[in-house]
Amino acid sequence: MSRGLVTPLQTGPLELLLAPLYWFLQLWSGFVYWIGQMTGFELLQYGFMHRAILVGLCIGVMAPLIGTFLVHRQLALIGDALAHTGFAGVAVGLFLNAVLDLGVSPYLTAVVVAMIAALFIELISEATDAYNDVSMAIVLSTGFALGTTLISINAGGLAVGVNQFLFGNLATVSQDSAAILLALFVIVIGVVGLTRNQLLYVTFDETAAAVSGISVSWYNRIMVMLTAMVVVGAMQIMGVILVAAMLVVPVAGASQVSRSFNESLLVSVVLAELAVILGIAVSYYAEATAGGVIVLIAVTVYSLAVVVGKLQSRLVADSNPEMGSIEAGEID
Amino acid sequence: MSAQKTSTAERTRAASTTASVIELSDVEFGYTSTPVVEDISIQIDPGEYVAVVGPNGSGKSTLMRLMLGLVRPDDGVATLFGEPAHKFDDGSRIGYVAQHASASKEMPITVREVVKMGRFPHVGYGRLSSEDWAIVDGALDTVGMTAFADRRVTQLSGGQRQRAFIARALASEADLLVLDEPTVGVDIESVGAFYELLDSLNRGGITVLLIEHDLSAVTEHAERVICLNREVYFDGPTGKFVESDALARAFGTAANLLGESR
Repeated sequence: MSRGLVTPLQTGPLELLLAPLYWFLQLWSGFVYWIGQMTGFELLQYGFMHRAILVGLCIGVMAPLIGTFLVHRQLALIGDALAHTGFAGVAVGLFLNAVLDLGVSPYLTAVVVAMIAALFIELISEATDAYNDVSMAIVLSTGFALGTTLISINAGGLAVGVNQFLFGNLATVSQDSAAILLALFVIVIGVVGLTRNQLLYVTFDETAAAVSGISVSWYNRIMVMLTAMVVVGAMQIMGVILVAAMLVVPVAGASQVSRSFNESLLVSVVLAELAVILGIAVSYYAEATAGGVIVLIAVTVYSLAVVVGKLQSRLVADSNPEMGSIEAGEID
Repeated sequence: MSAQKTSTAERTRAASTTASVIELSDVEFGYTSTPVVEDISIQIDPGEYVAVVGPNGSGKSTLMRLMLGLVRPDDGVATLFGEPAHKFDDGSRIGYVAQHASASKEMPITVREVVKMGRFPHVGYGRLSSEDWAIVDGALDTVGMTAFADRRVTQLSGGQRQRAFIARALASEADLLVLDEPTVGVDIESVGAFYELLDSLNRGGITVLLIEHDLSAVTEHAERVICLNREVYFDGPTGKFVESDALARAFGTAANLLGESR
């Protein structure tokens, strides 16, 4: 990999910031290797698997966490749109590397491009006073079109490497991309942890939140930027095409069985982790694409949650007969 | 129900405010070049119970947004508690109750979690203290929703849901309660109890601003009526409103609504 123009970035403050993350990766790798030794699981003995599992675990926390705030505002599609603009970012990175010989990670350019697209979507929605599916579809296809065009201009060797971004790949999770994901994870969890009250209020009742003094557009911007970070981070093993499923499917499952918002956050993370861990294991032994297997398992878990949720509400209705009449009286 | 419990602090705070709660002078506003409302001058003082009525598309909701500072007037001045409305930032003083929340109906959230939001203007980025939780429980008690505290909001009837939203306003210790057509989709029995609750809160010192399509509820409960159709057709005591011809002028042929609903 050529250093060129990027050298100052890689040895400068960024590297200093990332140093603890690389240290943590080492520690984690040793830990998982040790578990592999103790349990005899073959897949735990490979370095790339250690990173893939860590990336998967992080995605299992942050994707449903952000997804919860999106799904309940009927913004599930925004993840998909941003993933496709993330693909354009990947293409930009590959293009810059090929043409200008920069040694920059395509995931970094993807984060930047997806975050710009996120802000763009948000500003459009502020100007038009609504998130509309037309502008979302335009952003999605523009992103993908830009990506494919840039890549086809380069053609040849480049196109071969695109599959890992489109479909995700456990084996290509490098030290660098794992460190980028860890950094994104820390930012996402930190920001959501700090602003959870405001995000909840804006999600539940935008006007009431505005009246209570919360700057709704400011928190909407934060939300879409975090979404961009999550989808690009998750893209590594989920791929552009399936990444949005991790924002939506575990959350949809959790809404079926949870009694409160806090519980739904917890349940969605548990469901997502279940899908990620089982998905990685199955895909390793079945030699299948991890992203696909993870989503299939997540959808299966979702279907089970729907059944459990229906049974639960039937039980509640049986034990509280008056609830039936209350629900029947509801008009809107 | 103990509306008195939360009202003492609010009365003190209302008394310390000499300015009117809401004041609009010569306000005009439009989303396009055609104004939605124009030539609006309204003053609402602490402790009043005011209803805004008008036909569909008369600018009621826009007027409310102007009053709350959610939009800025194209012309004229809007103040909230004596400050320019769009700059007013003590959200804890205003409780807002809409027809329904904007979240999807599948959102799993309990009544207590909704009422908790009333404390957010007080705690900011922090956690709720045990005192905050005590205020939340007090608010639930005041609106008679303690038994439903842990139930999902989606499982409530329309009337219960609106009580939960009122409790959220009480939890924020608001001295102004703004309700935008709060009884749409609520069954008749619950509507009666809902207005009784509003009456008792108003007696406790809370200023109530009600945007309402149900004219019988307005004439029965509000002290003052503002009749709007792009401009103010009537602003005065409810008794005089009933006698006046403002309704006929503002509503046109729909004016016989009042006769039917009484």
